[in-house]
Amino acid sequence: MSFWNDPLKVVADWLLGVFTGWGMSETLALILIGFLGVLLLISLLMMLDIFLVWVERKVVSRFQDRIGPNRVGPYGLIQPFADIIKLIIKEDITPGGADKVVYNLAPILSMMSVLILWAVVPLAPTVLGVDLNIGVLYIIAAGAIGTLSIIMAGWSSNNKFALIGAFRQVAVMVSFEIPMLTMLLIPTIFAGSMGMNAIIQGQEVWYFWIAPLAAVIFLIAAIAELGRAPFDMAEGESELVSGFNIEYSGMKFGMFYAGELLHAFTFGGFLAILFFGGYRFFGLEKVSPFLAIATLIFKAFVGYFIIMWVKYTLLRIRIDHMLAFNWKFLTPLAFTLLMVTALMNAILKGTPTWLYVSLMFLSNVVVAWIALEIARSYSRQEREKVEGSKASSLVEIEAAHH
Amino acid sequence: MTGEQIAFLVVAIFTLVAGLLVVTTRNLVHAALWLVATLFGVAVTYGLLRANFLAVVQVVVYIGAIAILFIFAVMLTRKDMRDQGPQLNRNWLVGAILAMLTFVGLFFLLQSWNGMSMRAAEIPLKFDVVFELGNALTSPDGYVLPFEIASVLLVAALVGAVYVAFNRK
Repeated sequence: MSFWNDPLKVVADWLLGVFTGWGMSETLALILIGFLGVLLLISLLMMLDIFLVWVERKVVSRFQDRIGPNRVGPYGLIQPFADIIKLIIKEDITPGGADKVVYNLAPILSMMSVLILWAVVPLAPTVLGVDLNIGVLYIIAAGAIGTLSIIMAGWSSNNKFALIGAFRQVAVMVSFEIPMLTMLLIPTIFAGSMGMNAIIQGQEVWYFWIAPLAAVIFLIAAIAELGRAPFDMAEGESELVSGFNIEYSGMKFGMFYAGELLHAFTFGGFLAILFFGGYRFFGLEKVSPFLAIATLIFKAFVGYFIIMWVKYTLLRIRIDHMLAFNWKFLTPLAFTLLMVTALMNAILKGTPTWLYVSLMFLSNVVVAWIALEIARSYSRQEREKVEGSKASSLVEIEAAHH
Repeated sequence: MTGEQIAFLVVAIFTLVAGLLVVTTRNLVHAALWLVATLFGVAVTYGLLRANFLAVVQVVVYIGAIAILFIFAVMLTRKDMRDQGPQLNRNWLVGAILAMLTFVGLFFLLQSWNGMSMRAAEIPLKFDVVFELGNALTSPDGYVLPFEIASVLLVAALVGAVYVAFNRK
C-alpha cells in the first residue's frame, strides 16, 4: 500500500502513528485526523472557489463578446484575490430593523449547505469523505438547508425586495426538488444502491446512454435549484435589484456569491457522478487515485461549463411560467420516466448489454417525444383560444364601428 | 461516561432547549427557526443511533418541506410577526397536570423496562439498513399493507388540497 495507490489511508496511518507517539489516546487521535481531513477538503474547495470566480468571469465575458479581467496578473488570474481584498475591507452594513442573529447566520448556512455536499462526493475510489448508503438523499437534505438559508436572508434583511426574492427562490427550490429527487432515483435503480461510490462502480456504460432524458431533467432541475438563469427569479436584477442578498455587503455577500459558484460546480460534479461515470475514464482511475481525481474535476468542469452556457444564453422565464413548467410538465414527465425506466429495467434484465442500452435509450427518446407532442398540442390549443378570442373581438369592434 | 453518551446528552439538551424556545419565543419566525433547530436535533439523535436513513429523511421532510411551509405561512398570513396576546390560556393548569402525569407514567413504565440498561447490538458491517427497510416496506409478509394504506391516505389528502384550492371559473 503506497502513497500513490491510497494516499488518504497512508497519510492517516502515518498521522495516527505520530499522534499516538505523542501519548495521545487512539480515539482522540482518530477524531483529530478526521477534523484535519475535513479542514484539508474545505481549504482545497475554498481555493478552488477563488479560481471559479475567475473562470466564471472569463467565460461570461467570452459569451458577451468581451475579454474580461485581464489587468491583474497573467490573464487576470490575480483578479479574484483583489476582489477578496475589496470584499474584506468593505464596510459591513447591517440594515436598520434587521434581525441581527438570523441576518448573520444566513450566509454561513448558505456556504455550509454547499460545503457539506462534498462529504459524499467520491473523488476517487478511496478518496472520499464518507460512503453513505443514502448519498442521493443526502444531496436533497443539504439542499433543504440551502433553502432555509435563503428564506432566513430574505426575511431578516427587513427589505421587501429581499423578501420577495426569497419567496420566489424558495417556491422554485421546493417545487423543482420533486423532479430532481425523482431523477436521482433513476441511477439508484440501475446501481441498486443510493451510495455515490456504488453508482459510479455500476457505470460500465455511462448512465447517460441508458437514461439521457433523466440526465437532461436532472440538469434542468439542478439549474433551478441553483437559482441561475433562466431560473434566476430570485435575483431578477431588472425588478428586484438583487433579490434575497440585496442588503448584504462585503464578505457576507461574498459568501453567497462564492457559495453559488461552488454550488454550480458541485452540481456539475453530481451530473458527472450520476450520469457520466464520475471518476471513471477507460480504466484510468485504476492507475492512480490522483488521475481519478483529475478525471472527476475535469468532468465537473464540463458540467459547470454547460450550466454557465445555459445561464449566459437563455433569457429569464416569468415566475408563473416557471412553476407551471415544473408542475404541469417536468414533474409528470419525471414520474412517467421513472415508471418506464423501472419497468424496462425489470423486463430487460439479463439481456446482452448492447440490446439493453439501445432499448433503454430508445424508450427514453420515445417518452421525450410523446411528452413534447402533448406539450405542443396543448400550446397549439391555447394559442388558438387566444387568437380566436382576439379575432372575434376584432369582429365585434368592426361591427360596432359600422 | 463514553463519548457517545456525552454526544447524546449535548444533543438531547440542545433539542429540549430549542423545543422550549419554540413555544416561549414571542417572535413567530424565531419560533419557526427554533422548530428547525429542534427537528435538526432529532435528526442528529437518529444519526447517533446509526439510523442514517431516518436522519436524512427527517431533514428532507421536516426541515426541507414542513418547516419551510410553516415559515411561508407565517410570513404570508401575519402582518405583525410579534405575538402580543398572553402566552397562556386558562387551560394551562390542566395542561400542565396532564403533561406531568404523562411524564410520571412514562417514567415508571420505562423503569420496569429492561431495555434501559441493555447495550445496543452491534450492527454487522455488511448489514444494509436501507435495503432491509425497503424490503420490509414492500414484501407481502412485511408491512406492505400499512405502507399502501398510508400512501392512499396521503394521495387522498393531496386530492383534497387540490379540490379546496381549485378556483372554478
